[in-house]
Amino acid sequence: MDLDALAGCLSSSACLVTQTTSGLIIGMLLFLVAVGLTLIFGVLKVVNFSHGAFYMFGAYFAMTAYQLTGSFALAMLAGAAGTAVLGLIFERVFMSRVYGADVLMQVLVCYAFVLIFDDVVRMIWGPEFKAMGMPAAFQVMPLFIAGGVVPPYYLLLIGVALVAAIVLGLGLSRSRIGKVIRAAAHNPGMVSALGINTGLIYGGVFALGGMLAGLAGALAAPVRSLTPGMGFSVLIESFIVTVIGGMGSILGALIGALLLGLIRSFGSQGFPLFVEGLMYLFMVIVLVSKPTGLFGKEAA
Amino acid sequence: MTRTRTPGISRRSTLALMGAGAMTFAAPWVARAQAKTIKIGMPTILSGRVAQLGTSSRNAVMLEVEKVNAAGGLAGRQIEMVIRDSKGQPQEAARVARELVNTDGCELMIDAEASSGAFAVHEVARDLGVFCIHTNSETSALTADPKQHIPNAFRTARQGVHDSIVGGSYAAAIAKAKGLKKWATCSPDYAYGRDTTGEFTLYLKRFAPDVEIISESWPKLFQPDYTEVVTKILQAKPQALYSCLWGGDLTSYIDQANIYAMFGQMEVFAVNMADYTALTVVKNLPKGIHSGNRYIKTFPATPENAAWGDAYKAKYNEYPTNWSWENATAIMLMAEAAKKANSADGKKIAEVLKGLTIKCPFGADGTVTMRGEDHTLVGYAIGWGTTIPQEPYVPEIKAGDWKTIFELEAEWKKSKGYT
Repeated sequence: MDLDALAGCLSSSACLVTQTTSGLIIGMLLFLVAVGLTLIFGVLKVVNFSHGAFYMFGAYFAMTAYQLTGSFALAMLAGAAGTAVLGLIFERVFMSRVYGADVLMQVLVCYAFVLIFDDVVRMIWGPEFKAMGMPAAFQVMPLFIAGGVVPPYYLLLIGVALVAAIVLGLGLSRSRIGKVIRAAAHNPGMVSALGINTGLIYGGVFALGGMLAGLAGALAAPVRSLTPGMGFSVLIESFIVTVIGGMGSILGALIGALLLGLIRSFGSQGFPLFVEGLMYLFMVIVLVSKPTGLFGKEAA
Repeated sequence: MTRTRTPGISRRSTLALMGAGAMTFAAPWVARAQAKTIKIGMPTILSGRVAQLGTSSRNAVMLEVEKVNAAGGLAGRQIEMVIRDSKGQPQEAARVARELVNTDGCELMIDAEASSGAFAVHEVARDLGVFCIHTNSETSALTADPKQHIPNAFRTARQGVHDSIVGGSYAAAIAKAKGLKKWATCSPDYAYGRDTTGEFTLYLKRFAPDVEIISESWPKLFQPDYTEVVTKILQAKPQALYSCLWGGDLTSYIDQANIYAMFGQMEVFAVNMADYTALTVVKNLPKGIHSGNRYIKTFPATPENAAWGDAYKAKYNEYPTNWSWENATAIMLMAEAAKKANSADGKKIAEVLKGLTIKCPFGADGTVTMRGEDHTLVGYAIGWGTTIPQEPYVPEIKAGDWKTIFELEAEWKKSKGYT
């Protein structure tokens, strides 16, 4: 515990800028993964334990596209679009068969696919770690704001995640398809009776969730080493985010992810050996005071 | 009434059954002892963030085993390697090690685990009494601490304290020349990271007493994101940074520190950088990182070392790693010991191995020795230099002096109460 360092940081504008940005980076990346998880749970009522694999595939798709084309934009597109297609296929072929099944069965099926997906990655890209490398456009000096250090690439990352959050929020609340998705989440029988193809909605939502996780993986690829199984740790943190925010709540995922990012960032100053513990402690505090999470709804 | 069993028959049957039973249980051991092939078990990490290093361990072993088998085998017995993935998890490493001996019938063991698993495998070797060479764990205590000592276990990995003595004196010279007084450390939070960092700073301060450690970071092993660690170090504003992160963790750390332009703001001493596994994977390798030699085919600058590196590359289409030479050395030593003992029996190999010196491409003077007193490898090439972003990656390496290493190591052991 180093409370002096934390106090010093909180009273320094340079430290506040650097650590806040660092918290936002960690948080926004987590949000992209967690929001897919919470969306799938909210609509499909499935605890998608294999969600981290889509983050992993997104990173590998992006790296391969970048190696083939040298284009960062195409790499991001490949990461997002590739995992969307993968999500759709996965949902139609496998997950659709366990809807309504016991949660334990769903988790077991998903966990089996975590192992299968890891092996698939190992077979295609090899067991050794890979690096995509930072595109030349972002190999520039960081910005110095109020004495704090902010890398331009991370600003892009925060921006992309924010846009995704806004589009998703507006899309679900304002658009017709958003209303249908919300209706399907609330009462799938009624939606089906109205002649709307719920299978298509479920497939679409799963693909969207996969796409967001894939986009997170693609954005992380230039700065994180790629390895089979890389999705697991991010999955655990995403679960913490969704539990803190409230299962099924997009706003909850955003707030939960940002809070967790800031806890990690400032926690590393004051509690360097207890950063992981802080996250879990925070989760416990939230759940004890509000068992449904910050923005979760009480069961009817 | 018919008696179906007489006492006499029963006794004979019982004796026959006992005999058959004894044969059944004894047969594998008898057969094993007489078998032409000898199985060597090898738990290592073949999946996850450091799989490349585990794979390079396996590659190096197979390269040497082929040579030994072509030359007649281990005291006349062809070697069959049984290699299993521990996934880098200590409990899995211990389970696999036990299974290799008890189920697969391996008579000898190469423990190619990182320190996280090596201590677990060591306990299996202690329990089963199987001959074992630790090839990758560099945590000094594994062989330096007498409490860990068992007669059947050896180590061909470099030892952390050796690296720290050479690294500490090298870094201290630069610290004095450049006035680097404020230092930070960032190392993985497990035995190897803690021990090696402690030993490095011990010798850094010994040779440059003005040095002060102003910040310490201990990220988890295999942590995916180092942003919070990088920014913490930047806040501390050290003049120099020491790290013993390795493999994929080191490359992630470098990629993430790079975009904060960290390498322009301080001198970086990363002991595990000068290994092809990191050098070739990092896309934007910063110039001027100080590193210990891990595996570099130009150090020691001998035809034997270059030839070994090239032979490995010709076979596996990539350069070897630090773990490669450590594993290759294990097979070289085992083969020579078996030859001298004229036996592939683990106990006899262990007896001969104590104090054995062999010719070796990785030796500082062309030889390495398995030191008898603590069963650890000495005399291997050890040095530090600075990186450049292309081959030969570390053009000039300042070699450490083994006389100094021995002196300071003896002092260190005494201070730890090991002698």
